[in-house]
This record gives sequence, structure tokens and C-alpha cells, in this order.
Amino acid sequence: MKTENIDNFEQCIKCTICTVYCPVVPVNPAYPGPKQAGPDGERLRIKNNYFFDEALKYCLNCKRCDVACPSGVRISDMIQEARINFSKKKPKLRDMMLASTDFMGTMATPFAPVVNAVLPLKPVKAVLDGVMGIDHRRQFPKYTGTKFETWFKKEAADRQAGFKRHIAYFHGCYVNYNYPQLGKDFVKVMNALGYGVNLIDKEKCCGVAMIVNGMADSAKKNARHNVNALSKAIPGNEKILTSSSTCVLTMRDEYPELLKVDNSAVRDSLALGTKFIFSLIDSGKVKLAFKKDYKARIAYHTPCHLEKLGWGVFSTSVLKMIPGVEFTLLDSNCCGISGTYGFKKENYDASQAIGAPLFEQISRINPDFVACDCETCKWQIEMSTGYTVKNPISILAEALDLEETAKLNNQ
Amino acid sequence: MAQYKENEFDVIVIGGGITGAGTARDCSLRGLRTLLIERNDIADGATGRNHGLLHSGARYAVTDQESATECIQENMILKRVANHCVDDTSGFFITLPEDDLAYQAKFVEACTKAGIKAEVIDPKEAVRLEPSVNPDIIGAVRVPDGSVDPFRLCSSNVVDAKLHGAKVLVYTEVTGFIFEGTNIVGVKVHDKKSGEDAEYRAPITVNAGGIWGHHIAELAGAQIGMFPAKGALLIFAHRVNGIVLNRCRKPANADILVPGDTVCVIGTTSTKVPFEECDNMRVTPDEVQLLISEGEKLAPCLGETRILRAYAGVRPLVSADNDPSGRSISRGIVLFDHEKRDGIGGFITITGGKLMTYRLMAEMATDLVCEKLHSASKCETRTTPLPGSGHGDVREVSKKIWANPTTAQKATAGRVGSLASGIKLKSIEEQSLVCECEEVPESEVDNAIKNLDVHNLVDLRRRTRVGMGTCQGELCACRAAGLLGKAQGCAERARKDLVNFMNERWKGIFPIAWGESLREAEFTEWVYSECLGLSEQE
Repeated sequence: MKTENIDNFEQCIKCTICTVYCPVVPVNPAYPGPKQAGPDGERLRIKNNYFFDEALKYCLNCKRCDVACPSGVRISDMIQEARINFSKKKPKLRDMMLASTDFMGTMATPFAPVVNAVLPLKPVKAVLDGVMGIDHRRQFPKYTGTKFETWFKKEAADRQAGFKRHIAYFHGCYVNYNYPQLGKDFVKVMNALGYGVNLIDKEKCCGVAMIVNGMADSAKKNARHNVNALSKAIPGNEKILTSSSTCVLTMRDEYPELLKVDNSAVRDSLALGTKFIFSLIDSGKVKLAFKKDYKARIAYHTPCHLEKLGWGVFSTSVLKMIPGVEFTLLDSNCCGISGTYGFKKENYDASQAIGAPLFEQISRINPDFVACDCETCKWQIEMSTGYTVKNPISILAEALDLEETAKLNNQ
Repeated sequence: MAQYKENEFDVIVIGGGITGAGTARDCSLRGLRTLLIERNDIADGATGRNHGLLHSGARYAVTDQESATECIQENMILKRVANHCVDDTSGFFITLPEDDLAYQAKFVEACTKAGIKAEVIDPKEAVRLEPSVNPDIIGAVRVPDGSVDPFRLCSSNVVDAKLHGAKVLVYTEVTGFIFEGTNIVGVKVHDKKSGEDAEYRAPITVNAGGIWGHHIAELAGAQIGMFPAKGALLIFAHRVNGIVLNRCRKPANADILVPGDTVCVIGTTSTKVPFEECDNMRVTPDEVQLLISEGEKLAPCLGETRILRAYAGVRPLVSADNDPSGRSISRGIVLFDHEKRDGIGGFITITGGKLMTYRLMAEMATDLVCEKLHSASKCETRTTPLPGSGHGDVREVSKKIWANPTTAQKATAGRVGSLASGIKLKSIEEQSLVCECEEVPESEVDNAIKNLDVHNLVDLRRRTRVGMGTCQGELCACRAAGLLGKAQGCAERARKDLVNFMNERWKGIFPIAWGESLREAEFTEWVYSECLGLSEQE
């Protein structure tokens, strides 16, 4: 249910289902819960913004409250908006570093081997913890030595023009600075399906980390830049795809609803890769050939933001099509990291407590690996369970007989 | 000083509305041994059933200079002595295209004459300052209107009266007077809680019964022709406006929108009603329709804003002629010395007036009481702050008590002012919320039950706002009933009280039961009947 009504909070009938579904409430008594922080708090804040509660910073922005609400109240937007408008706490250096994914990535990639070697060292972690407030128990994602964009220009860009059909790929910060392999897998799969891949001309971070770290102005700047860049990609490309559920949610829904940046020109063109692939398969536009000997026991974790989009079914359906896959859908449960939230010292314990039921279920099932469309869920699950987490796109890249599939689709 | 018996006083005040409470406070501040008698709860009548508008007097400036002057003086006094009850929002008098802009000049002139600061501002500037206002306005004047919480104001007066030795009897009805010759020397009362009758004596009795004062006077053998004029109002679920909105024209129906606490209120209508109906006001569909359609002219978004409740009060006007609407009767204060007027000694009536001028009415009545008792003590209420007032706004009050106040602490400080320091609000348990919509914590409820003459959930609502929020009792009523039941030691009484409370809430929702309010009411009905087992017959 979607509504443009500005007094959307008045639709709340205080059923409190949102608070029951909130992953933070059971683990952090300092957080008032979505009902209190959202529609209840909104009336008080309208009366006098002195009633703004700094405890709203404990909100993960997982958006599970929005999904649970039977009255269509945009609870999480209300909470983030209140933080943007009223929080007196300015972002710390730590928050700015965690939020500035582009800047940090650009700085770190040239020195990736050094950065990757230094970050896990005990003295470094002690400094990060003591001085910066980044929890010493948190493992950092590794930086890559060669950015995805660099690889693409060198190794892949030239052949993309040879395809009849094209899509545009918003790779996101994670693929560019930390894990180019996912981007490479994405290009492989799309090419095999008969689609050439074009990158966005100068994409910037979607801005999600800025939103939750109190840097709304920077987020708006990125949003306006990206909407402009994405709109230029529409001619000649059937869709604009991401391999990250959070990037697509941010650009599709948070831009207009939270940042008030008009994205109507690009909104309907945005999709998650698996959603597009599913629609191609479902409408018979592409055919898949799988490796004969592929076998895997996969447990799939639905990221909260994908639940909000309602698109989890596309990723799971695509995975279930793979012959040889023994598939388990994990219970709906936030993993607890929620982007940069779990990196912060004050949130670490809550973060791990939120994810605990998920980690236990994964160990109980003992899959070959876990599947998930979100990079930060991947860090959290890998760190907390020891199981490898793969994006469905990478799983497809492994399971497909790419040459055979390419033959079927490139005639 | 002579030894008093338990049931002997210097003065008895009948009526626990704002006038009676104010009079009882004034009397006790002047050292008189005072008894306040109220047949129901304090602030139960017209005191709790109005806009809660802190008049600047501008509304009366053109038609009634005397009232206007009284209002602006009391306005400035209340901002000083009752600042925890007052929200200094300021107000606009707007001219719509259908109104005569020529009235504006007349209005400003009359305001200035009465001592009310009236500043003509550019309509565009008015829209910028108050985005909810009708954008078609062709004129706007800014005046020092505000809002005042009548429940809090009345309760603060009662609290201060008690602090100065007054005795307060609620749920106690006056059934007759004790005469010695032609002088009234006491009252006969019936205690509705215990069912017992009693007598109290005092050389002076003050009738401050509002519209019910008509009946009290009759009991004493005097006739005061009162004019019950019903006024209906609607409460919207949140503050649409931050600044009071009035129409710049002769006073008419539904032309004031007041932001009060978390809500805003549009009103009123004016209809003559028979005395029999004063105890059970109902708002009609026509009144609701009128309030919405006129309200939309002030702030167009009202047409789409959720309405919480409809309610009506009765103005205690003293009739002068046969005006069918009651609008043209002066809102002026009426003080009767029945000894001079009717030959009944020891009996005076203070009536007419309005919430805004209650303090002045109390002063006038107490002056007469003192004159009759040959007391020379002077009125102090112009300068003596009410308990909870006088220490800055909610920010400053909170900062003084807590280093980093939580929302619950701030909310309590917003209601009780500096008295919040006396309420235990440290632990999570003490701060746990009874009412989530209005953020009323458990210890504030406990404090009200212990110290503020709370006998049932409706009383508790008037003291704390429990049940006044969007949920209208859905989540808070059962919790509050639990706390009250524990304090009173009777689960059965608490259960019956809970049923009464939910029915009382429904009475106000019924006239506007559509949309989200109906959906929520149905959900509430389901929670209470299906989950909590309160049967339908109840």
C-alpha cells in the first residue's frame, strides 16, 4: 500500500504489530520501538520539536516495520526524516568515514594489500575501537587492488557493443571497491543471456550510508547526481539493474520518499538483476543451460530491504530453478548489521543479538553456503557463522553452462 | 484565632470548575479557611469543554471593549503565573475573500484601544509563518492569542488551594442550605461516593456552579436567569496549525482553530438548550458538518485530517434579553450579592465571564467575601505563580531536573511544569508508559492517583491526558485501570470503571465515527471484548 498523504501517520491504529516485528526492540531497551518512534513521536514532534528523541539513532532502518504495518504507515521514513530534521548530534568522523564509501574506497584501493593487511591487526583494531568507536570484534570487508570499473574498461567494455540488447548496470560501491568478482559474474551471466552490459556514466554511491549517518545533504547531492546519470542510461538499455538489494531500494524508494528527490524519470527502469532475469525466463525470452554436475545445498537469507521491496521471491525462484540445488529458505530475520550500524561500537552487541536466531538456524541447517542479495548481510553472516555467502548472480554464474547458454540466447 | 470544628469554615465555594477552583485558591491564599464542594470531578463542566483558547481579547475588541480589556490583562497575568498551562503560540485574524476587508481597520483600531497589540501582516508572510492557513487569505492581523490547558489550570488552582489549607470535596452534591433567619450559614451535602449526607457551616457561601449555579441559586431561594448556550467543538488528531487561527469578522460559528497540546480544536456553534440537557450534551451531525465546512475555510487541510472526537459545553451566560442565539449576550462577569439583591445573607454568586477571566472573577468574588468577613487581606493571585509555573518553558524546566531528559521526562515536565521534580522518573519502570500517544509514564499516573483527587479513569484523564491521544484508550485504559484498581484495592470497581471509561470515549467518537477513527474504534472494541473479556452488554 502506498500513499502520498503527508499525514500518513494518522493511519496508525496503534495495533503495535510494527514494534513486535522490530528486531531492535527485544535487544535494546533504550530504543522506543517503531510505533513510539514513528507515528506516536510524530504528534509530539509536531507540537514541539523538543520532544525529538535521540534514541531514534538505534533504528536500523531495516524497514521491517513498514512491511509489517497493516495500515500502510511509512514508519521508517518518518523515523529517518525526524533524525534528519531534528537530531542535534552531528555525525562523528567515524560516521563520515563509514558513510563515505566512495571516498574511502578510492583512497583504499590503490593500497589494498597494505590496508587489508593492516586493518585486521590487533593494535589497529584497538585504535579504531578506542579512538573511532568502531568495534574491535568487527571484521572489515577487504578492499580490492583493481576497481571493478577499471577491470570492466580493460577486459569487458569492448565486447558489449556486439550484443543486440543491453541493460545498464549500477554496480555500487561494494562491487567497485571490495568485491569486483560479483560484477564480473554479473557481466558473464548477462552476456550469456544475450545482453550487453553498459555501466552508468560516473555513478556515485546510492547514499544509503549517508542517510543513516546523519548526512542527508550529501545523500541528496548523490541522489540528484545519480538520477541524472541514470536517466542518461535509459535510451539504449532495457533496464537499469543492480546486484545489491539496498542500492536499488535506496534509489527507487528512498530518493523520492525520504530525500524528496524526484526520480520519476528513472524509477520504473530500476530493478534488481534477479528480478529482471526471472521475468526473462518467465516470459520465455531467454533459455538457460546448466552444468550437468552442479550440486549445492543452499540456504537463502532474505535481506530486510528486499523484503520491503517484495522482490525476495525473484531471487529464490531463480535459485530454485537450478538443477542440483537443495534449497532452504531461512526464516525472516534481520541479520543485525544493517549497513554501517553493526560497525559502531555502541551497536555491536545489539547487532549480534539481533542476528543470533539467524546464525543458529544456519548452523543447524549446515548448508554448503548461504545465498543473499545484500553485501552487508554477507559480511555479517560470514563473520558470525563462518559460512560463505554468495550473491544469487554469482551462484548463477557458477551453475550455468555459460557457453551453452550463450549459444541458446545469442543467435 | 478561634478553634474551628471539623465542619466549620470561613467560606464555602460551590463548584469545582475554574471559577470555583480559582475562588477557593484566592480565599485560601488570603488566609480564609475554605471548603470547595464539587458534585462530580473538577473541571467537569464548561471548564473542560471549550477551545482552551488563551484569548488576547481581540475577538471581543469590536463588540465588547470591557471584555477585551479584561482578556488582555488576564492573558498577560496567566502567561506569568500559569506558564506550565499556557502555550504562547500567538494568533492570526484572517480575512477571506468572502469577508469584508474593511472590517480589518476597525478591528485593529478596537484592539489598540483595548491595549491589545494587533499587527497587520502581509498575507503571504502569514502563509509562510502558518503553512496550514487558507492560502486565499486577503488579510491577516497578528495578536497575542495562545492556548491554555483548562484541566491543568483548574487542577493547579485546586492543588494550590489545598497547599494553603483548603478542604476539597469532589463527588459531593449540595442538596440544600442551612438558614439562620434569612442568612445562609452552611450547606447540606450528599457524598455520592459513600452515600452519606453531611453538613458544613460557614458565614459565607459562594455559588460558582456555572450553568448549574442557576439550580444552586434556586435552592437558596434566588432567581438568576441563566441562559444555557451549547457550543460544539471538534478535536483533530494532531496539531494542524502552530498559530491560533480566527476569522477577522464579527464573532460567528466555527471560526476559531486552536492548537492545544498534541491536538487542535475547531469551534464553536451556539444554540440555546433546555436546562435538562446540560448534563448530557450530544453533538449533532449538522453541528459536525458545520464545524468541518467552516473549519476548512480557516485551514483547508482540516477536511482531510483525522478527527478524534466531538464534544460540547454549555456557556454559563446570564440572559439579558430574548436573544435566540446567545451570541450577543455579553461575556461579562456577573457578581451577585444576594443579601442586597434578594435579601439572602451570606450568599453570593459569581458567574458569566469565561475561562480567560476566571482569576479576575475569583478576585472579585473573594473581595466581596473578605468585605463581608471584615478581612483586610489583599488579593495575591495576580503575581503569585501557580504550583508548577514560573520556571521557564519545558526545555528549561527539564534541564533543571535532568541532565539528559528522556522523552517521557520531557512530556511529564510539559504537563506538570516544575512539579515534575517531585515525581520519581528515574528507572525504566518509573518511566514505563501507561499512555503511549501522550507519553504519560507510570509514576505520573501514580502521582495523580495519590495527590490529585482521582477517583476514576475519567478523572485521571483530566489530570494526566491518559486516553486523550489518538488511541482514545485502546492501549492505555486497561493499564490505567490496573494501576487505579491496585491503589483502590478493588478489581471489580476497576473493571466497571474501565467499561464506563471506554463508553465515555465512544460517546465522543460516535459523532465523527468514520475513516481511521472508526477503524481504530472497531479495533479497540475487539481488543476489549475479545481479548480482555469485557462483554458487549457493558
